[in-house]
Amino acid sequence: METVLILGATSDIGVAIAKKFAFHKFNILLASRNPQQLKPLESDIQIRYGIDCHSFAFDALQYNSHTRFFNSLPVKPDISICVFGILDDEEKAFDDWTLTERMINTNFTGGVSVLNSIAKYYILQKRGTIIGISSVAGDRGRASKLIYASAKAAFTTYLAGLRNKCYMAGVHVMTVQPGFVYTRMTENQRLPKPITSTPSEVADIIYLAYLKKKNIIYVKWFWKYIMLIIKLIPEFQFKKMKL
Amino acid sequence: MKKQIANWGNYPVIESSEESFAFPEQLHALLSREESFIPRGNGRCYGDASLAFNIISTLKFDKILSFDSNSGVFECQSGLMLDQILEVIVPQGWFLPVTPGTKFITVGGAVASDVHGKNHHVDGSFSNHILEMDIVLASQNSITCSSVNHTDLFEATCGGMGLTGIISRVKFQLKKIETSYISQKQIKARNLEELIHLFDEYNYYTYSVAWIDCLKKGSHFGRSILMLGEHATRKDLNERQNRNPLKLPGKKQINFPFNLPSWVLNSFTVKAFNFLFYSKNIKREMNGVIGYEPFFYPLDAILHWNRGYGKKGFVQYQFVIPRDAKKGLVEILRRISDKGMGSFLAVLKVFGKQESMISFPKEGYTLALDFPVRSGLLEFLDELDQIVLQYGGRLYMSKDARMKPEVLGHGYPDLEKFKNIVRKYNPDGKIRSILSDRLFLTSN
Repeated sequence: METVLILGATSDIGVAIAKKFAFHKFNILLASRNPQQLKPLESDIQIRYGIDCHSFAFDALQYNSHTRFFNSLPVKPDISICVFGILDDEEKAFDDWTLTERMINTNFTGGVSVLNSIAKYYILQKRGTIIGISSVAGDRGRASKLIYASAKAAFTTYLAGLRNKCYMAGVHVMTVQPGFVYTRMTENQRLPKPITSTPSEVADIIYLAYLKKKNIIYVKWFWKYIMLIIKLIPEFQFKKMKL
Repeated sequence: MKKQIANWGNYPVIESSEESFAFPEQLHALLSREESFIPRGNGRCYGDASLAFNIISTLKFDKILSFDSNSGVFECQSGLMLDQILEVIVPQGWFLPVTPGTKFITVGGAVASDVHGKNHHVDGSFSNHILEMDIVLASQNSITCSSVNHTDLFEATCGGMGLTGIISRVKFQLKKIETSYISQKQIKARNLEELIHLFDEYNYYTYSVAWIDCLKKGSHFGRSILMLGEHATRKDLNERQNRNPLKLPGKKQINFPFNLPSWVLNSFTVKAFNFLFYSKNIKREMNGVIGYEPFFYPLDAILHWNRGYGKKGFVQYQFVIPRDAKKGLVEILRRISDKGMGSFLAVLKVFGKQESMISFPKEGYTLALDFPVRSGLLEFLDELDQIVLQYGGRLYMSKDARMKPEVLGHGYPDLEKFKNIVRKYNPDGKIRSILSDRLFLTSN
């Protein structure tokens, strides 16, 4: 039986991905800052799907601990999925460097740090899959998502580079670009229903894409074209727009 | 963000903001705010019981905490839905001790409404099977209660419409089954007299319920089909069914994609529907072995069947009257039949004895009817209320969207006691709903 590691398992998308892989009989390792919080999810997954599920402490911002964290896992995962990320109030973050820094570090630096450790191990083993959840927001910088979008852009670029680096070793890296998703993070936003996904839809699509060894996927597919159009708007025009 | 929210009857519709929590810490953050609120599960109560301008949704607090497949003790967070529970327990030879007519309700909702099923006369309501539960009060304190521990809180929470606190964890006892099938017997009754006689004759069946065509007049007044059932044993199954006796049903569902215009349901179409429903049973008595899904949840096969009543929505009217007041049942059915207000479904069921403070069930006959919202309906229902009270009956708050406070008071002798307990645990009335304000349950 194969094992999946979920980094950031308290998020709605993390929970949905864990359940999806557990349904397909993968064992699950859950990781988040407060593993005590993960106990109910751990029992839930074990009881529903009859697989092994365990929780571990992992802090995306404690870079020094990442290699130790990975080495101390009792079973090395065949698939590592990096789900964590935060979206703070951009206006507040613009005034407060601590918030800005936290957003950059959670969405980018922390991911780079932990995935570097994991990739090193996978390259040595000559096998393994890394899945990184980025965001369509990273496809073009804009005022209303100033820091979040730029951190995600950096993460998307990192994943592309990592895919290239790992390829010769037979290690696969997949980038996931979700559009709007109904989660606690977006509960207070009015989202357009036809182009918004549920966490379980995101998980379904990721699982299928994993089976097909896709490189980059948009959730849902039409976001690829929505972002293509947004990327095609000339900068002299784009800079005047309120997005 | 405010959005339009309604419960299953699509009446009333209000502007409300709904926020969820997945962890206790997030719940505490929501509770530490000033605004009053009501907890809400899947919104399958019909009226305004789980509506307020601020709603705390339990739907993301939905984890299974423990399940002992030897003893059948099941423990979960309150936002877990019954359909999810069935998927886990049925293959292991267990079933819900009590289930209402839909599996799309949360465990918290089952407690707050103290739901009943077709087996009430044998097994009582949902609260009879609770071993213990946790209630998070508005003050953020969590209290574990049961029938022997913090009894007042326990009794006022079962059927208490969520007003004591947020039900966060529930531990309850499941029922052992040998197969996932039901041995069903359907008997046609020509009229109400015959139906009531049949209910008595077959009272040893664990599950019983009748669908009544209440538009039929004259000697066929109360024409109906009585449906009886038992959990099938392995020897009841045929060879194919016996290959996997605890099989889960497949997931076939039809969706009602839009609201039907309200003129579609008129006395003609309802008559036609009822005629077809009654006539599909050719013989007077039919026996068979069927999956649990069509037996317990026939309407769950049509997602959003409530849209069939149109955009204006509908009101479900459910009352119980004592066994010796059969006359009241006849009188109410006659009124409805004369009025021709059209009820898609009229469901009759016998309740057994029940000791409770604010739970709906008590010994007698309970009838549930749907009425599409139209002018004159509310006045008509007020008239029905008077008949129910006259015969010593009461109404079900989970279905209600319009009853007057005095009607509630007459029906529930322990109402003042209930209000005092709500005041004790929810002293500032911070947890309140449109229903609780309408019925003066939280009037401070």
